This record gives sequence, C-alpha cells and structure tokens, in this order.
Amino acid sequence: MKMPPFDYACPATVAEAVALLAGHDDAKVIAGGQSLVPMLAFRLAAPGLLVDLRKLSDLRRIDISDKGVVLGALVRWCDILADARLSHAHPLLVAAVEHVAHYQIRNRGTVGGSVAHADPAAEMPGIVLACDAQIATVGKSGPRVIPAEKFFLGPLMTVLAADEIIVEIALPAWPASRRWGFQEFARRRGDFAMAAAAVWYDEDQGRARNAHVGAIGISDRPLRLPAVEAVLNGHAIDEAAIAQAEAAASAAVDPPEDIHASAAYRRALIGTMVERALRDAAQRARGT
Amino acid sequence: MRAKFKVNGKDVEVEVEPRLTLADCLRHHLRLTGTHVGCEHGICGACTVLVDGAAVRACLMLAVQAEGSEVVTVEGLSLEEGLTPLQASFRRHHALQCGFCTPGMITTAHALLSEEPDCDADRVREVLSGNLCRCTGYIPIVEAVLDARPAYGGREGLKDGGKGHS
Repeated sequence: MKMPPFDYACPATVAEAVALLAGHDDAKVIAGGQSLVPMLAFRLAAPGLLVDLRKLSDLRRIDISDKGVVLGALVRWCDILADARLSHAHPLLVAAVEHVAHYQIRNRGTVGGSVAHADPAAEMPGIVLACDAQIATVGKSGPRVIPAEKFFLGPLMTVLAADEIIVEIALPAWPASRRWGFQEFARRRGDFAMAAAAVWYDEDQGRARNAHVGAIGISDRPLRLPAVEAVLNGHAIDEAAIAQAEAAASAAVDPPEDIHASAAYRRALIGTMVERALRDAAQRARGT
Repeated sequence: MRAKFKVNGKDVEVEVEPRLTLADCLRHHLRLTGTHVGCEHGICGACTVLVDGAAVRACLMLAVQAEGSEVVTVEGLSLEEGLTPLQASFRRHHALQCGFCTPGMITTAHALLSEEPDCDADRVREVLSGNLCRCTGYIPIVEAVLDARPAYGGREGLKDGGKGHS
C-alpha cells in the first residue's frame, strides 16, 4: 500500500530534532526506516510529521575504549560488520548482528532504530538487555541514561517519551576471556527469530560466574532468564549443567502461540537455543 | 517538497510528496521503470538500487531522503552496446525466467561483487536470500553471480564453495 501523507523535516542538530518532536503531537523519528516504513506502508502508523535524523552525523560513531563499546544511534548493521575491532571488543554483538535481516536492510537499518522500535523478535533489543547496556537519550527535559532492563515495556513499547531520541547505546567492556554464544532459529535466513538465545559468563577456577542469559522472540519483549543464570553460576559448564540450563530455559518461559509455532514448540526451541549457545561458549573455552 | 540527487550519473530535481518512496519516484517521476516494485514493504528485494554505492531497498526509502545522494538503478548498470559481463552471465546460466526479480538480482549482485569479488557460493546465497525469485529455484542465479566474479576482479579459477552447482 502507499503510505499515508505526512510532513517531513530533516534537522541539523539533536536539539532541533527534539524541538520538532516536542512541538508536534504526532511526530515520529525516522532513522534507517527499515521498520517504520513497512509500518507506514501497512498504515499501522500514520504520523503527522517524520523527523529524519540522517544529518546528525555525530550519531554514526563507534567508540571503543576500556570502558566498552559505545554505538551512536545511527550506526548501521553494515557498519558493525565492517568494523574489525568489534570482533574482539564485542564478539557477541557481531554474532547477533550477523542474524539481522538481509544485505540491503543492513545497509540502512540502525541500532538506535531497532532498540526504539522494540520488536520482541529483533536481535538488538535482546543484546542490549543481555549485555546490561545503557541507553542514552535526549528529550525536551534534557538527557537521561536508561538501563536496558528498564527500557522495554512490551511489543513495540518502550519508556521513550514522544520527544525523546536515542543518541547512544553503551555496552560495558567485554573481557577477552569471557565465554559466550549466540544461537537463533528462523525459518529462512534473515527472518525474525522464532527463538534466539544470547548467553555469556565469566570463569573463575573453571566455574561460571556472572552468567547472563537473554532470550529473544519468545515473549512480548526481550527477556533475561534468571532461573537459567542461577543454574549456571558457581558450576562448571559441562554436559550436566548444559542439560539443566536447557530444562530451566524451557520451564522459565511462557511463549505466545501464533501461526508460526505453538507455545510448546517455542518452549522447546528456546531450551535448544540455550543449550547450543552454551555448548558454543564452552567449546570456545577449550579452543581459543 | 523538492529533492535533488543524482541518478545514473545525471543530476535530477523532483517535486514530490514526502511520502513518495524512492522506488515510485524512480518509476513515475523519472520514468526509470527498470526498478520493479513487488511487495512494497521490504521483503522481496525487486526494488533494490544502489545509493552511494550500497544496495538498498528503494521501497523502504523516501525519495526526499535521497537528497544529495548518488543513486544507480539497473538502467545505470547497462551498456548501450550490449550486455555487461554480469548480464551475459545471467543469460548464459538461464538465471531468469519471468524476469520480474531480475533488476533486483542484478543490482544486488553488482553491489556484492564490487565489494567482495572473491565471494563464495555460501556468501552469494546469503546475500541473495533478501531477493525473492519464484521461477528459477535460485541455482542458476547463484551460478551466474559466481561466474561473473572475474569481471569484478575476482581471482580466476575460484572454487564455488561446493554448493553453487546442482
């Protein structure tokens, strides 16, 4: 379908963009447009004004320091995949982004757009949650920093106010010795996840600590699975621990039923994704 | 509103509604009907064009967002005097039947081969997974793209990664 009519503005600064959002009742931010434009084409969204962020080139930076990785909101998937530093600075992020959509979409879609859009089956919201990211925003009442665990409220719903723009996503530093795995199941490459798991832990004398288990595509928002983390913390990640984690993951979720899969199938699938991701993590521990 | 950009090397200036997609602008305002519009919501890949060298879906971009950019369509990847090596490879391998998806396949394959002239069959399959073809079963398309690699500077005699040929 053709999109509904709207006005369009292309501000040169974040402050101008915020002023435009604050000055209109039904304005919407557009970055890469890879989620918003389909919603406009289906007429699921009909904003009066689109505020295009494309001139805000400060938001395209990827900064890597001993504090971690800071992604400007306009960093695209292809920018992440092209940045060789990130395979050491944040390998879990890179592994997840390899599952994001298709080649052409990766050339336009942005990290800030994905997080603001908050699709429960999208990779980036799951990664920011699983990695304790901090989401920096600017609105008419000023800047704020929102921890990822407080950011997502439901399907396509976040705590962002109508006049707020995501400017940066900060992922805490990633120690080189950290064990991690990312596994996703989708019917076709580039499709949204039917279920995906992002797991990592640090090791202390052969035992896992600080385990983080994120689950994507099995709820109305990305989830952490504390019951699975509890199974892992303090234990060696061996076959027994992996089997326990798989069972705990399936038991921890209450997934929706839809035309793509039954709840029982999704429950089994997230267990399998956690199992495979942990196996990858443990193998990495031996291999590299 | 007005938007100025380059299409296939020529400066263009259009007066459009903000809601007009780049795909519709190319077809209806600039009469470049080689860019095909299939699903109109970013699934089928038929409308793929190059914007500043990168393959993008022209149905997911507003024409006004192209301001200042260089757009290349399938027409811009053709020669007056005959087929390009990529087009010739598509013909040689029977990589099209109805032809609807072909402009998107050509623009996507051109972008891929320009960036990665030594890509293997797995990579070609991964990239082309964003372009739907309902006729060919993809095998001849993957073969055609692999066979065009030398024209983009790919090393001669590359293996196809084992999955290019049926």
